[in-house]
Amino acid sequence: MSVILRGRTVVPGVVEGEALVSHEPISGWGGIDPARGVIIEPRHELFGVCFAGKILVFPSAKGSSGWSGFFQTTRLSGSAPIGMVIGRISAKSALGAVVTRVPAVTDLDADPCAVIATGDWVRIDNGQVEVTKQ
Amino acid sequence: MFLTDEEKRMRDGAEGDAVAAAMDLLIRYSSALDADRLCDIRNVAGTMTQPSPVKARLVAEGGWDKAFAVINLDSDLDLTIPQMAVPTCQLQHGFSDDSIGVVPYPEANVLLQADGESFFGRHGVNILATCTPYQVGNLPLRGEHCAWMESSAVIYANSVLGARTNCEGIASTGAASLTGKIPCWGNHRDENRFGTHLIDVRGQRVESFQDWGMLGYFAGGVAGEDHPVITGSVSRPDLTELKHFGAAAATSGGVELYHIPGITPEAPTVAAAFADREEPPAAVVYGPAERQAIYETLNEIGSSPDVDFVLLGCPHASVDQIRQTAALLDGKRLSPSTELWIMAPRALKVMADRSGYTEVIERAGGRVLADSCPAMSRAAPTGTRVFATDSAKQAHYLPAILGIEAWFGTLEECVNAAVTGRWNGRLN
Repeated sequence: MSVILRGRTVVPGVVEGEALVSHEPISGWGGIDPARGVIIEPRHELFGVCFAGKILVFPSAKGSSGWSGFFQTTRLSGSAPIGMVIGRISAKSALGAVVTRVPAVTDLDADPCAVIATGDWVRIDNGQVEVTKQ
Repeated sequence: MFLTDEEKRMRDGAEGDAVAAAMDLLIRYSSALDADRLCDIRNVAGTMTQPSPVKARLVAEGGWDKAFAVINLDSDLDLTIPQMAVPTCQLQHGFSDDSIGVVPYPEANVLLQADGESFFGRHGVNILATCTPYQVGNLPLRGEHCAWMESSAVIYANSVLGARTNCEGIASTGAASLTGKIPCWGNHRDENRFGTHLIDVRGQRVESFQDWGMLGYFAGGVAGEDHPVITGSVSRPDLTELKHFGAAAATSGGVELYHIPGITPEAPTVAAAFADREEPPAAVVYGPAERQAIYETLNEIGSSPDVDFVLLGCPHASVDQIRQTAALLDGKRLSPSTELWIMAPRALKVMADRSGYTEVIERAGGRVLADSCPAMSRAAPTGTRVFATDSAKQAHYLPAILGIEAWFGTLEECVNAAVTGRWNGRLN
């Protein structure tokens, strides 16, 4: 079964891969280890989970303005996600997606964190997201 | 998006490759935000000198020009970095040479940063080296458009000063420093500066430094990335209390702007805070039960009462906070198993030195440290397992960053823990 979500391109491009879905906002600085691409915030639902090579689906960015710099470091360290599906854009997540240089999309016509589940196969094609449920 | 003729010339290379790369990043970033134009700014607060493994590698490869190109402009080109186009300051970064022998922090980082300060100072960057530029001379005016990083400084600039900045990042502030431009989006626009959530303080009075921090942590949880408006039983806060409140709200949520009607400048009344809408949103109550719950959340990482380390000055302390700490430590001696650090802007440490406060704190065995903090530099006293702090922000972050336990309390409780080596805090 597949579902199509339509939204707005944040960073243009086409990519497909396995989804990692966070229902909680993600912190950059103090929230991830950029060398390993792992969530390190103890209270977070994805504590200890690695997002490298995944399509990261999350509602929003929170916390420090180091957000974009930490995600840029994941690119420079080879531990970046390969795409981002962002519920609600902000300066942190917009700049973060730009400097991570991966296809990214937001303002979708349904809540991506509700529609997409971790492990689903996701294809981002600019402003469109195709979800194949697993 | 709309670009002025001046901006098109910058994009096309009329002012050199580095400015063109900066404009390219600003255009990509504007597109990601769906911003339709840029605005002019003359006040940038960013970070260039903070050491990191990636930066050390880039500097070794191609000097600071290369590091700035990759990290601060997100460019792969070989660029020569020109003078900053507009006033630009360096925020908090790593520790400096006066930390050697005190802070377990790599000397290679101290040397790298000193080299970076020299490079960026020559390029016109003011090395303020603090998360609180508004305490040491960078005090934007009401309505002034800025490009600032550091979530606790952004929320202070927007809410307390009435200046206008989004929570920018390393690359956007880098691009702004060479162009004097930033996307005219979000907090830069009148229509986006009103309140969204109403929080009513009832059944208690918020008037202490600790209580302002807990209320901020609660407000961030309620408002997320939106704009809380605080009413009800609160005292008139001072700089340090709003510094704590804002840092906490930006930590638990992503708050960049709040209003306290009658206190902060853009909200003379509750109605004004909500754009004179007929009905403000229903109030979320902050009462004794909510206060207790926030206190427990901030203390849930703590289990052992044996405190190795007390950390004060997050965000960086005011001179008055250093004075209060000195007064509490005067004539006392820290427990042999406990260290106490208070973090401050270097400019204010100089004043604390002159006022004799540093000497009192050092005589007791504590330290006044500048430029950085344990979270930025991932450095605490060797062997620290349990720390105590009066900052809701540090109680939130440091357990994640250093894998240690945290206690959150008042300044008096923290100083008491440093003297006895035992945590004995409770909510009064």
